[in-house]
Amino acid sequence: MALNRDFIGRAYSSPAPYEVSRLKIKEFAAAIGDANPIYRDAEAAKAAGHPDVVAPPTFPIVFALAGAGEGLNDPEFGLDWSMVVHGEQRFTYDRPIYAGDRLLCTSTISEIRSVGRNEFITVRGDVTTVDGEPVCTSFNMLVERGGAK
Amino acid sequence: MGATIKWDEVEQGQELPAAEYQVHRVNLVMYAGASGDFNPIHWNERLAKSVGLPDVIAHGMYTMAQGGRYVTDWAGDPAAVVDYGVRFSSMVVVPDDDNGATISISGTIEEKLPDKRVIVVLTAKSGDARVLSKARAVVQLA
Repeated sequence: MALNRDFIGRAYSSPAPYEVSRLKIKEFAAAIGDANPIYRDAEAAKAAGHPDVVAPPTFPIVFALAGAGEGLNDPEFGLDWSMVVHGEQRFTYDRPIYAGDRLLCTSTISEIRSVGRNEFITVRGDVTTVDGEPVCTSFNMLVERGGAK
Repeated sequence: MGATIKWDEVEQGQELPAAEYQVHRVNLVMYAGASGDFNPIHWNERLAKSVGLPDVIAHGMYTMAQGGRYVTDWAGDPAAVVDYGVRFSSMVVVPDDDNGATISISGTIEEKLPDKRVIVVLTAKSGDARVLSKARAVVQLA
């Protein structure tokens, strides 16, 4: 069943600020196998000119879809998660993410298009600090296989 | 803070040193926990095969993270990456053996931009499969 186009343009806010911790960054860096000390050692990060431990570039995926779940899981939207694969991902960065950041993400279902039998859904996530400073933007393109039928 | 590579010292078309990253099942279990993506196709062989996959496959974001690691290791600072995007074009199949899978990544400086930035285009392969396409990063050099 085709996805409900009424959802294009709908925006969802993360339910609470995401608090970036040194431990979570360390865990993420360990998971991707990256031994860079500035991901796990605050002194090494400071020696490199950063205020605290830095997050790897793909770290925002940890929280960037938290708000969008409300829309994507809405039965009225019609998405069958068992058929969903991650098609494309892009991040643009205004500044690095640091341990101690308190971040908010507003997710917008920005585009839905049919390509053959598949539905392509783009979710844009605008990430800011709780004070409104822009941090990064995530573009998450999901493919629902067979969804356009 | 900032890249250690100087914009003046790189050329359009320059190839960056290739790198290989090994992926084992344990890495996917760790990535599931760290990212919160517990889709069983990334750790449960029985379930992966039941939905028609050849075996457990890596998270696309795990592969993207290896590309990110490649770029930040080259540039010398994660903060130097200002834009990074990929298309997931094929699966990284991770068998339950001592070798796991290998992700081979290479990069080319496609274009030198103003303000000391460059576009790096990545090629990522696992076996013969090209696992990322349209993989490009904009990097702020020194």
